[in-house]
Amino acid sequence: MSILVDKNTKVLCQGLGKAGTFHAIQCREYGTQVVGGVVPGKGGTVKEGFALFNTVAEAVSKTGADATMIFVPPPAAADAILEAADAGIRVIVAITEGIPVLDMARVKRFLESKPNSRLIGPNCPGIITPGQCKIGIMPGYIHKPGTVGVISRSGTLTYEAVWQLTNLGLGQSTCVGIGGDPIIGTNQIDLLKMFQDDPGTEAILLMGEIGGTAEEEAAAFVQKHVTKPVAAFIAGQTAPPGKRMGHAGAIISGGTGSAQDKIAALKKAGILVAESPADLGSTLQKAIQAKK
Amino acid sequence: MKIHEYQAKELLSKEGAAIPLGIPVNTPGEAVAAFDKLGGKPVVLKCQIHAGGRGKGRFKDSGKDFGGVKYLTRREDILPVAEVMFRFPLVTAQTGPLGQKVSKVLVQSAADIAREIYLGVVLDRASGMPVMMACAEGGVEIEELARTHPEKILKTAISPEAGLQPFQARKMAFALGFTPEQAPHAESIMMALAKVFLEKDCSLAEINPLVVTPTGEVVALDAKITFDDNGLFRHPELESLRDLTEENPAEVRAAKAGLSFVQMDGNIGCLVNGAGLAMSTMDIIKHHGGEPANFLDVGGGANKDQATEAFRILLADTKVKAVLVNIFGGIMKCDTIAQAILAAYKEVGFHVPLVVRLEGTNVQEGKKILSESGLKIITADGLTEAAKKVVAAAG
Repeated sequence: MSILVDKNTKVLCQGLGKAGTFHAIQCREYGTQVVGGVVPGKGGTVKEGFALFNTVAEAVSKTGADATMIFVPPPAAADAILEAADAGIRVIVAITEGIPVLDMARVKRFLESKPNSRLIGPNCPGIITPGQCKIGIMPGYIHKPGTVGVISRSGTLTYEAVWQLTNLGLGQSTCVGIGGDPIIGTNQIDLLKMFQDDPGTEAILLMGEIGGTAEEEAAAFVQKHVTKPVAAFIAGQTAPPGKRMGHAGAIISGGTGSAQDKIAALKKAGILVAESPADLGSTLQKAIQAKK
Repeated sequence: MKIHEYQAKELLSKEGAAIPLGIPVNTPGEAVAAFDKLGGKPVVLKCQIHAGGRGKGRFKDSGKDFGGVKYLTRREDILPVAEVMFRFPLVTAQTGPLGQKVSKVLVQSAADIAREIYLGVVLDRASGMPVMMACAEGGVEIEELARTHPEKILKTAISPEAGLQPFQARKMAFALGFTPEQAPHAESIMMALAKVFLEKDCSLAEINPLVVTPTGEVVALDAKITFDDNGLFRHPELESLRDLTEENPAEVRAAKAGLSFVQMDGNIGCLVNGAGLAMSTMDIIKHHGGEPANFLDVGGGANKDQATEAFRILLADTKVKAVLVNIFGGIMKCDTIAQAILAAYKEVGFHVPLVVRLEGTNVQEGKKILSESGLKIITADGLTEAAKKVVAAAG
């Protein structure tokens, strides 16, 4: 079992430039059903074996796609998300980094009128249900099917975590990179709910970082509503205030967003927090054993 | 991207916000001329630097006991004060101990103040909406107030499509206790602030304080604007507002090479792929008793040109005593990265120990390339070993 995507998910790719094409091929090789691409003006042609369509609506009607992976550059990326939601796509994964935050404010408002569409990202590595469906840029082979749900704001740090889990024999149900921007489509609480309700998920690893207060809110949610073992890590304990650490959303500002505050909130909620990024997998293992 | 107070006020003024008369100057002599031009009446000399806390700051090594915001009434005082402002770096709570050189001073007509109000627009991450915040007590640290007395802060969400509506400004103006005569003036400042925020892709737009004069005028006495870096591509007109003297040269250089870099105070340089892993690498160095010299994210991949430029930037920092490369090879294979590291290493000419930790795709091939290179590269298995080795190497 898994959340959001599985072997039946039919995926489109919006934006088939160099990166988009490369990753669409990688996803297909992993076994994902990539059913076509959307490139305005190239409808009716084929690229690297992908049937191309002018619009998402047309692609949906002809392929039955229910998910999309967006590589469209920042100036047009918000529009690509809106187009996908308008076409009724269920899972919209926006990989693009660098979308203006006010564009995302508008997108978020629009998505409120589309309850059947869920946005993952932007500025994220994507989502993977190991062995079934990979929508994104993560290396597929580090994953292993299993029962750990992974939620993360980061890319390579997620791979690090997954690799540690896999080496410990802890496979993953679904891993979701929620994105490093200040406004994202799906937050930690949304996914905690889904993993708590997913019979195929037995434990959850939550990877946060500095900026905002989402981890504090997630901690409170876990305390009230999550019965499965949860372990966490917060990146950026050494980050100075007022400086953006790579991700647009990773900034300690206005007295909020420090790693120390987040770690304190997580611990207060009874969540085991890894002290070092080398202990991501082993901390979850401890959390699982503690609940037994 | 941050801009100066005088630039922020000009943007607000263009949208109809009332600001005090003021003239930005580049030399002490110009400051005196500006005083004359403003009618020889009392002025405030305001140092234009991006860091906050100017008023409470002091000029390093100047021996003078005044800050970066100085009220002056007499013509003969302008020159000596301005000379200090332009000559010595201004040290505030936000500049760090070395302070910031002042290259512009705003000479502003002094206003008598009957009341101060805080007014700001920020992005509320939780709701995903811009929010206007106001407080009947101005000059406050809004962050501090938000913690201690959140009930004192008035908030209204701004539609990112429709903008702030006049009724929202009106409600807020009356809630803040403006008189019926003052309220329309306060409202037009609120409308201007919200308009600039939305039209220029700001991440912060703040007037602190908004003041009421004894004669009932409502004026934006100080202003601060920060733009969303991701929105800058559609505002080429803002490029001219950038003041590179305010930015760390290494950070500017890194940005040109497509690297995300933040200067820190330690002695261990870091080169990492991915922002989360880069932050975690700093954390694990600290965890094992070291101090990171920087945050550096070369992006999900890492090519030779980027690695070379990254190494050059790291090694230009004379504090750096050792460098840690931490790469999780995903789509980008470790052997490709190992070759990039070798090429960069040879080209740059390393004079400090280099510790490399590779993990992920083709990791064995990558390690082999490094170990067979004959170069003095220390390889490490796992994050912990890498951190321990680099901390030891840095002494």
